[in-house]
Amino acid sequence: MTASASTPHRRTRPRRVTAALAAGVAAALLLAGCSSAGGDAIATKAPTTVKGSVSFWHFFTGREAGVLKSAVDAFEKANPKVHVTIHAGQDDEKLQKAISAGQPIDVGLSYSTDIVGTFCSTGAFKDLAAYIKRDQVDLGQLPTAVRSYTQYDGKRCVLPVLSDATALYMNTDLLKKAGITTPPKTIEELETDALKLTTYNPDGSIKTLGFNPLMGFQENSAQHFSAIIDGKFLDAKEDSVIGKSADWKALMQWQKGFVDKIGYAKLQRFTAGLGQEFAADNPFEKGRIAMALDGEWRTAFIQSDKSSVQYSTAPFPTASDHTDMYGATYITGNIAGIGKGSTNPEAAWALLKYLALDTDTQVLLGNGLKNVPTLTSALSSPKLTVADQYKVFVDEAKNPRTITSPASKNGAAYLNSFEEAWDGYQTHGGDLAAILAKLDKTIDDANELSGP
Amino acid sequence: VTVSLTRAAPRARRRSLSGRRRTTALVMLTPAILGLALFFVFPLIASVFFSFTRFDLLSPPQFVGLLNYTYLFTKDPDVGTAAFNTLWFVVILVPIRTVGAMLVAGLLARARSATGFWRTLLYLPALVPPVASVVAFVFLFNPGTGPVATVLHAVGIQSPLWFNDPALAKPSLVILGVWVTGDLMIVFLAAMLEVPRDLYEAASLDGANGVQQVRFITLPTISPVIGFAVVTGVIAALQYFTEAAVASGVASGKATVGQGGSTNLGYPNQSLLTYTEYLYSHGFAQYQLGYASAMAVVLFVISAALLALTMRRISVFRAVES
Repeated sequence: MTASASTPHRRTRPRRVTAALAAGVAAALLLAGCSSAGGDAIATKAPTTVKGSVSFWHFFTGREAGVLKSAVDAFEKANPKVHVTIHAGQDDEKLQKAISAGQPIDVGLSYSTDIVGTFCSTGAFKDLAAYIKRDQVDLGQLPTAVRSYTQYDGKRCVLPVLSDATALYMNTDLLKKAGITTPPKTIEELETDALKLTTYNPDGSIKTLGFNPLMGFQENSAQHFSAIIDGKFLDAKEDSVIGKSADWKALMQWQKGFVDKIGYAKLQRFTAGLGQEFAADNPFEKGRIAMALDGEWRTAFIQSDKSSVQYSTAPFPTASDHTDMYGATYITGNIAGIGKGSTNPEAAWALLKYLALDTDTQVLLGNGLKNVPTLTSALSSPKLTVADQYKVFVDEAKNPRTITSPASKNGAAYLNSFEEAWDGYQTHGGDLAAILAKLDKTIDDANELSGP
Repeated sequence: VTVSLTRAAPRARRRSLSGRRRTTALVMLTPAILGLALFFVFPLIASVFFSFTRFDLLSPPQFVGLLNYTYLFTKDPDVGTAAFNTLWFVVILVPIRTVGAMLVAGLLARARSATGFWRTLLYLPALVPPVASVVAFVFLFNPGTGPVATVLHAVGIQSPLWFNDPALAKPSLVILGVWVTGDLMIVFLAAMLEVPRDLYEAASLDGANGVQQVRFITLPTISPVIGFAVVTGVIAALQYFTEAAVASGVASGKATVGQGGSTNLGYPNQSLLTYTEYLYSHGFAQYQLGYASAMAVVLFVISAALLALTMRRISVFRAVES
């Protein structure tokens, strides 16, 4: 009886010990897994020949996927022992789920810098510092703003693969008809020209709009407007500085004043009847809007849509007290990194370098995708096809004053909150100081939700 | 002892028989139980667990206690709007769709000629994929170029802004909801055709008029179907996502394909921001899976409470149970 009673105790203890050991091993493995994500030991010398297979996830589809495929083909030709398996049409959400599920993604290409904060801080994309140091990669060949949006909190886990810049598109026929011969350089000039270009139907509704000032209309966003005033969004702690900026306040007041001069309801009605931004019935391409803030991609759309619009481009106007920003812009773009589950990181690094840091590849992609290269050598390359209207974007990308928005653990949440507040202000008006104070609080409060 | 043994034998046989039956039933139910455990119970428990953590799907969750719930109920500036919009669809869309489907089914049940044609015609919209039907509707109602605006203009009426007007965006989706009501209509029609004809004849002989016949014969007879329509409608409305998201994207003029979650959720002026859209945005655009889980748990609790309330109000469920 005693023996039988004592036996279970003796058997339980080893079980507990085993369980504790298992938990310890599991925790150790987990920690090892976590730390390896950011700080893999890599070969001290770059391999002379890379080999094996590389899985490459990207979001492009259709014609654009074909352009990327041609760059990958060239990489395979230069590295005959490497085979790249392409997974096209994979957006950020799929990338996030696949990496978290342990999929062996070697290189992931995203369309948005919104993921940089989370992917760098969590180690979802490997820290590239060791590779950059070993291969003596000169990051100075990347424009300043581009260098900024490809790192988070001092950790560089991605490299840029082309960028998007914005500028002012102008319908030259309509401007000529209105007697406007030079592009506006300040936002006050923009407003004057836009009002001059705006025509009305007999019933008072808008027939042609000089410039659509509505926040949220196509590319009118807080980040694209930030270059007007060299606007800042967050401080080092990721707390909002928007409400503390007199420049943002002045810009919002100017924008609302512009809206009110035409009439919010009239603008809403006109905007509601316009076509889609990314379709052949785009209002600028159809001549319904004389001037528009748009990206470099519009030059390719105008060509592929066979639009008959005669147009030119110029840097977007700045606030009259920020004329030093004229010629600069807000820039962001595609980024690529090595997944933490990469089974062939050396070959992945080779592909990443090829896409991001090889001049000819950047030119090939720039010419094919009609996005702006992110390598200064590619921006100056004679092989880059630079039409008159496209040149503005290339010059803007080279401009040292060009800015970007900071990466955040919350992705683009702070930008969305800002635009929501701005949208509310342009619709209902109200006490702007109070609106901005509430916005700051909203952004700061949301920081507590993000982790780790 | 002998007597008790002889009595015990059949009892034991009965027990063994019922045991075998229970085992068979259990084996037959195993796939369903496994499915429920895997795809309902486990995600539910996981959601509750993650709701107490800060979690981004990419790194291990951190326990944060009630922080997500505190933020949800005291700090989140948009969750109230999202909850209001969702409840609006529950309160307005569900009854209108149910009554609309019932009326159409009632008319079809009385049709005497070309019944097949009318049934097919009225059911067809339900076969259109939701995304396609929303895109088509937004274009139809485009206040500048849409056919509806053209017709209204021809008779001297200025078209409303429909999906571009914060006050009309939700009602515009209700119109769409009524148009694609064929799925419910066909269920109501089947139920109405099952109502015995002699009940109407007897009522008619007793002097009951049409309204009284509907009130005292049709409605009580098809009440299980009404209950089904309301319960499934409430569940669908609480999870309303696709139609609102697509309408916002297309109406804002910034519809894109292949670049993840839309940045235009809620357009215009947050009027189409539903609770599930907001939850999705937190989970997969802002990487706040912990907070999204807390939102999901709250939605689950509210859904369960609303459904309990709905089922209590529908007497037929009590009748069926009794």
